[in-house]
Amino acid sequence: MLLVSQLINGLQLGSIYALVALGYTMVYGIIKLLNFAHGEIIMVGGYIALFSLTLGNFHPVVAALLTVAGCTLLAVILEKLTYAPLRFAPRLSLLITAIGISILLQNVAQFFFDAAPRSFPASELFPVGTVMLGNVSVAYTSLVTIVLSIVSMISLTILVQRTKLGKAMRAVSEDTEAAQLMGVNVNNVITFTFAVGAALAGIGALLFVARFPQVTPTMGAMLGLKAFVAAVLGGIGSIPGAMVGGYAVGLIEVLAVYVGLSRWTDGLVFLVLIIVLLVRPTGIMGRKLMEKV
Amino acid sequence: MRDPKIPLIPERDHNKSPVLECVGLGIDFGGLTAVDDFNITISPTEICGLIGPNGAGKTTIFNLLTKVYNPTRGSIFLEGKNTKRYNTKDVNKEGIARTFQNIRLFKNLTVLENVLVGLHNEMDYRLFGSIFRLPSYWRSERIARERALELLSIFNMQDIAEHKAGSLPYGSQRRLEIVRALATNPSILLLDEPAAGMNPAETESLMEHIGQIRDTFQIAIFLIEHDMQLVMGVCEGVAVLNYGKLIAKGTPSEIQRDPRVIEAYLGTGGQADA
Repeated sequence: MLLVSQLINGLQLGSIYALVALGYTMVYGIIKLLNFAHGEIIMVGGYIALFSLTLGNFHPVVAALLTVAGCTLLAVILEKLTYAPLRFAPRLSLLITAIGISILLQNVAQFFFDAAPRSFPASELFPVGTVMLGNVSVAYTSLVTIVLSIVSMISLTILVQRTKLGKAMRAVSEDTEAAQLMGVNVNNVITFTFAVGAALAGIGALLFVARFPQVTPTMGAMLGLKAFVAAVLGGIGSIPGAMVGGYAVGLIEVLAVYVGLSRWTDGLVFLVLIIVLLVRPTGIMGRKLMEKV
Repeated sequence: MRDPKIPLIPERDHNKSPVLECVGLGIDFGGLTAVDDFNITISPTEICGLIGPNGAGKTTIFNLLTKVYNPTRGSIFLEGKNTKRYNTKDVNKEGIARTFQNIRLFKNLTVLENVLVGLHNEMDYRLFGSIFRLPSYWRSERIARERALELLSIFNMQDIAEHKAGSLPYGSQRRLEIVRALATNPSILLLDEPAAGMNPAETESLMEHIGQIRDTFQIAIFLIEHDMQLVMGVCEGVAVLNYGKLIAKGTPSEIQRDPRVIEAYLGTGGQADA
């Protein structure tokens, strides 16, 4: 029974990684940028959730909506302010900018909120308690996390596969110039992609602080990195890949704990990344590298 | 869509002539002049060919017209409007659509989706509509689908609408590119070597289709082509480019007799001896 509850634990963790990994993979798919500031969006989301619950005394639903809206807004502003002017710059400039923004956001947060962790009132956000599934007791937060992420991922899939904007996103990610020549407003599509990625990160932030109830200025760094591993593992640029990769990383972590390697979880995750890069650089569901003629 | 009920044969205002006009168009890449002093006038339902030896600058002219490159000199007028401030997307919105020499379909999208991306610009899409899936959104999506299938039926491709574009045979990919371009409701269609890689039978049927598209949509067609049978067969006007310069302009029969054109293609006897 311990294994089953650990597996549910892994699915919970994996859901969070998957949501964050989607942001990485979508942005990479569309402008070939590894957005290393993505983890910091989650950190900002954590603080928004914290302050709207403690200082604002808002209803948890309002706090959750504020978090998602805040993350989305921040990402759109960052994209317009920093990435958009670099549209035609070398990809490396974009990457360095992303790392710079990541460091900047961490330091700004440290300046205003100081470096000490603040505890997060997770019980105000999600109901405490467990339900019995068969003879395994499952925490409400695990259930809410798994269900909410699956709903988010289904919505995202519908958005990408069925709507005009989704088609435009896929068209831009395949051939930006041809899409432009078909009248697609590429700038809007890119901004929208950042917004969707950040909204998912906002949901991820809520689920993350529900699971690990504290907020620090550096909380996004490791989560962001693990989600990045998940995205690469699944095949960066691939949306189903990010989902699979997220769950894989979550399960690797809990299984490491289960077999008694709890001190090695982070190391194992990165070891898996190294192995994937060596054996199958395009990831589990990555597209084959396209030969440019 | 500008008007979802537009028939397959749109009404066009033919007083707005010419549809496309280039005046003294030129572009330099570093010190190299790729195109210089290019002038052309295309009237609303004209089929005009652009020919010339390899490297003459034909595709560069298409890239200038679609603002993939910004011209160094000269102006492009589209239905009388100067396109100086337009970007690639605006050019498309104002009525230029094109295909590519090396096919650039969205290969992982289905045939239908490729056409729908072309229709994108034509449909007013509301962000909230797509997120909250309002009925009006799905209605316009359905109209777009019908329109896309209607356009695909030009080349009898409606039955393969759900296939991945990348999985189609070469000739069908070329035809799909034309349909995708037509979906943006252009007033002038630029075709970059539409017959490249096609067998004689396919070229023959393409020639028929080009004339048919012009008649149905009442648009101008400007095409680059090496297949002289096609150029001489469907074009009403032909422009010849060599080393980035326009060396001749006229009807197909005039062009075939023009000594400068013969020289550009075959070289002069004197040089051959030297």
